[in-house]
Amino acid sequence: MDSYSATIVATGAVVAGACGFVGNFLVLRRMALLGDAISHSVLLGVVLAFLITGDRGIGPMFAGAAVFGLLTAVMVQALGRGGVAEDAAVGVTFTAFFALGVVLLTLYAGRVHLDLEHVLYGEIAYVPWDTIEVGGISLGPRALWTMGAVFLLNLAAVGLFYKEFKICSFDPEMAAALGIPVAFFHYVLMALVSLTTVAAFESVGAVLAVAMLIAPGATAYLLTHRLGWMLGLSVVCGAASAVLGYGMAAWLDVSISGAMAAAAGLLFALALLFSPSQGVVVKRLRRRRVGLRKEDVLQ
Amino acid sequence: MGNLLLDPNFRWVLAGSLLLGASSGAIGAFCLLRKRSLMGDVLAHAALPGVGAAFLLTGSKEPLPLLAGAAVSGIAGTWCVDFITRHSRVKEETALGLVLSVFFGIGVVLLTWIQRRGFAGQSGLDSFLFGQSAAMVRQDVVTIAVVSAVLVAAVALLYKELKLLCFDPAFGAGLGLPMRFVDGVLTALIVLAVVIGLQAAGVVLTAALLVTPAVAARYWTRRLPVMLVLSGLFGAASGAAGTVASAVGPRLPTGPLIVLAATALFLVSLVAAPERGLLARGWRRWRLRRKAARPDLGSRGGQGGAR
Repeated sequence: MDSYSATIVATGAVVAGACGFVGNFLVLRRMALLGDAISHSVLLGVVLAFLITGDRGIGPMFAGAAVFGLLTAVMVQALGRGGVAEDAAVGVTFTAFFALGVVLLTLYAGRVHLDLEHVLYGEIAYVPWDTIEVGGISLGPRALWTMGAVFLLNLAAVGLFYKEFKICSFDPEMAAALGIPVAFFHYVLMALVSLTTVAAFESVGAVLAVAMLIAPGATAYLLTHRLGWMLGLSVVCGAASAVLGYGMAAWLDVSISGAMAAAAGLLFALALLFSPSQGVVVKRLRRRRVGLRKEDVLQ
Repeated sequence: MGNLLLDPNFRWVLAGSLLLGASSGAIGAFCLLRKRSLMGDVLAHAALPGVGAAFLLTGSKEPLPLLAGAAVSGIAGTWCVDFITRHSRVKEETALGLVLSVFFGIGVVLLTWIQRRGFAGQSGLDSFLFGQSAAMVRQDVVTIAVVSAVLVAAVALLYKELKLLCFDPAFGAGLGLPMRFVDGVLTALIVLAVVIGLQAAGVVLTAALLVTPAVAARYWTRRLPVMLVLSGLFGAASGAAGTVASAVGPRLPTGPLIVLAATALFLVSLVAAPERGLLARGWRRWRLRRKAARPDLGSRGGQGGAR
């Protein structure tokens, strides 16, 4: 494999790892669509951060994105307390933020130099050419560094507060009874999701970011009953989708991000049908075997 | 404004957004009550592979085949969500997110496949997804009008069944009504609403038109017929306001302006609606607190109870 392909596959795998860690908890807490919502609302944060600071650097952009990602989560909670169903609250909030982001972007398009296409649909194919240089020495692709940092951050957060995240996801009442600040950990998770989403879609595109947030976690959910295994498996599934997707894209000459998302879906479909413990086909075969035995007994 | 109304092109766009808003609003009310508000968002994304496939099969950019393709892949998406939730322990939200992102990924693959093979006349296929309400022509409006009329008629005809589906499907099944069929019909209606919305206004706007007017209408009433009408009206008003604002103001895209108009209506409802609005709630709480703070109330009430 040449260095171009290796870079892309490595970036895809790191994105998968970073998204997988937080995505698992979204899947467990039935908030999978919040990832998609946040990936849209952060646009407003990115545009506002630029308009306020005039800086196209990565710092203000991440800060703006994180603020609006969190704001989405806060709005959804507040509307939910007011009696709006959670999915409806998600829909109202992210469409409003996204629309406002697009309007601001169009109004100040001349000054912003933020190409909507680029912000939202960054393409992983360009990753290898966007490198960081320090003192004339190339340190490798920027996306690999940012995603690597986000991956380590997620790993550290989940590793440090593993027990808390686990109890909050499975039994929030018990967590509250134990004195764990459930709301605090909810917002920590939302902040991590926002950071991960914006880092991922800035480097590899929104399509892949949302897919990697949900699909590997869902696949792992079908393969195991233990959270530790689920986290590990989701990273493996995500990395496998990156490899498989890149292979598919190179073979058919199509969008790499799209192919990686499709590959993640394919892996999920395989797990859905053939998971040893709960696959559809496996269950059906097992039932048939049991059925035959019953007939044997009757005869 | 007067000059604007004389412009035939503007009138088509205005009529289209009005009808689109009204029908999406009415369907959205049922989505909200069925707790399927994000279905529109998911279907709008899931339509992409259908658009690509329809272009590959027919080689034309005529709206009808593309719309049919979008509808077919939308229905395939809902079938997948149904299959996943029925046959595994994956929850509905996760299944929706999966279908949304994976179908969209497949769509992007198909579109890039088409682009890089240089099919004649493929340019602009992607704009199908992001909407181009300002470019609506008479034929698009006719399509939207016909489909909207079908949607409104279906809601009117199946009003009782849809109401049962939302509030008490078990009772409906007990009456001998085919509730799964009715659910399928509602899904088909949502798909239709999404498909006409996509072409006119893009993914995010379509999602918004199915959620925001309905949520806003829910603040004002507890009665389904009132909510349906209000939701439709809110949708139509947002459509009209967004279209006018984009025509008179600086050149801004119509879709996001329609979303913002709907959001403004939602905010007004959130604050000012009687009973459920923030003002009404705050007022109630304030009165309660004053009542509770009055010292004589408690003792008098207690004596009354003792006698």
